[in-house]
Amino acid sequence: MLDTLTANSAKLAADTLKQVAAGQGEKDNWIMHHVLDADKLDFKPFFEIQLPHFSLFGIDISITKHVVFMWLASLLLIILMIKVSKSYKKSLIPKGVTNFFEVFIIFVRDEIAKPTIGTGYQQFVPYLLTAFFFILFCNFLGLVPFSATATSNISVTATLAISSFLVTQISGMRKNGIFGYFKGLVPHGVPIALVPVMAVVEFIGLFTKPFALAIRLFANMTAGHIIIFALISLIFVMKTVYVAPVSIALALFIYLLEILVALLQAYIFTMLSSLFIGMAVHQDH
Amino acid sequence: MLSVLLLFSLARASAESGESGSLLSPNPGLIFWTVITFAILLIILKKFAWKPILEALDKREAAIKESMEKAEKAKEDAQKILEENKLSNKKYIEEAQKMLAESRADAEKVKEQIINQSKAEADKLKADAFAEISRKKDEAFDELKLQIADIAISAAEKIINENLNKDVQSKIINKFIEELPKN
Repeated sequence: MLDTLTANSAKLAADTLKQVAAGQGEKDNWIMHHVLDADKLDFKPFFEIQLPHFSLFGIDISITKHVVFMWLASLLLIILMIKVSKSYKKSLIPKGVTNFFEVFIIFVRDEIAKPTIGTGYQQFVPYLLTAFFFILFCNFLGLVPFSATATSNISVTATLAISSFLVTQISGMRKNGIFGYFKGLVPHGVPIALVPVMAVVEFIGLFTKPFALAIRLFANMTAGHIIIFALISLIFVMKTVYVAPVSIALALFIYLLEILVALLQAYIFTMLSSLFIGMAVHQDH
Repeated sequence: MLSVLLLFSLARASAESGESGSLLSPNPGLIFWTVITFAILLIILKKFAWKPILEALDKREAAIKESMEKAEKAKEDAQKILEENKLSNKKYIEEAQKMLAESRADAEKVKEQIINQSKAEADKLKADAFAEISRKKDEAFDELKLQIADIAISAAEKIINENLNKDVQSKIINKFIEELPKN
C-alpha cells in the first residue's frame, strides 16, 4: 500500500521532472534552482556568498547550501539544548524555553519511544530525540526566507534513514542474536511451504522501510516548496499582476500547511524509526 | 519495490537531461557531511543535552511521585487523627453532659433543701411572732386593766371627794372591788 502510493507519487514527480527538463529552457528552471542544492548561499537581490569547494580521495565534499543550513540547524540545536539542560541544574521546575522543549522531549519519550519499543526503550531515546529535533530544525529552517531545507535533499534524508536502519538492525541483532534475528523475521504460524517466500519478502521489507522513510521526508519537504514556487510563478506565467492576490493567498496557505508538515514529518520519521526499532527488538509482537 | 526502480530510472532520466544536480540523485559529498554532522550532533547532544535532561526529568518525576505519596500519607494520617479526635470529642461531650446532668441534679437537691430549710425557718419565725404578739397583747391588756382601775379610782375619788366623806367612800369602793370579776 505504502509502496504503491510512493510509487505513484514518484511516477508523477518523474513525469513532471521530465517535462520540466524537456520543455523548458534554463530560464524557466528557477523552481528547481531554489529547491536543489547549490554551491552558494543565495541572498538575491542583495548578495550571494560563494561556498568553498573541497575534495577528499576524489570525492567532491564541497560545503553546499544544504550543508550550511544543516550545520546551522545543528548549531542552534546544540546551543538551545545545552541551555535547556543547564536550566534543569538550577531548578527542576521548567520555565520559558525549557518548558517549550520539554513538551517535545517528553512527547518523544512517552508517546513515541515508550509505546512502540516497550521495555528497554531508554537506550533509544537519545537517538530518537536527536533525529526528531534535527529533522524538525532543518524543516523549520527551510521555512525561513533565503534559507534552504536540508531535509528536502534526498542525500540527507537517505543518510538519516540509513542511520535509523542501522540502529534498527544492530539493536535487533544485539537483542536476539544474529541468527535469531534473521530467524525471527519470518512471522510464526506461516505454512512451511511459504517460509522461503516470506523470508525473501521480509528481507526485502527490511530495506524498503528506510527507503520509504527517506522518500517520505524528502518528498514532503520538497513538494511544499515546489507548490509555493509554482503558485508564485503563476504571476509570471500568466503575465498579469491580477493573479497575484490569489497566488499569494494560496502560497500563504501552503506555507502554513508546511509548518504543520514540518512538525508532522519530524514526528512521522521518529515514530516510524521507533516502530521499526521496536519491531526488531521485540520480534514476537 | 516498483518505486525503487522508478526512482532509479527517474534519477537516470534527470541525469541524462544534463542537469548537474537533480532532485533525486544522491550527492556523495552531502552524504559525507550529513553522516559527520549527524554523528557529531548525536554524540554532543547525547552527552551534554539528552542525558542531563532525561535524568532531570526522571528525577523530577520521582520527586513528584514521592511528594504525592507523602501527601497521600499525610492525608491518611490527618483523616485518622480527625477520626480519633471525633471519637474523643464524642466521649468528652458525653462526659460533660453527664457532669452537667449530675450537677443539675445536685443543684436541684440543694435547692429543695434550701427551700425546705427556709420554709421551716419561716414557720418557726411566724410561730415565734404569733407567740410574741399574744404575749404582748396579754401584757397590754393587763396594763390596760390596771390603768382602767386607776382611772376609775381617781374618777371615783374625785366624785366622792366632792359628795361623800372618806368612810362612805371606802365602803363603796370595797363593795365595787368585791363586785369586780376575779380575773
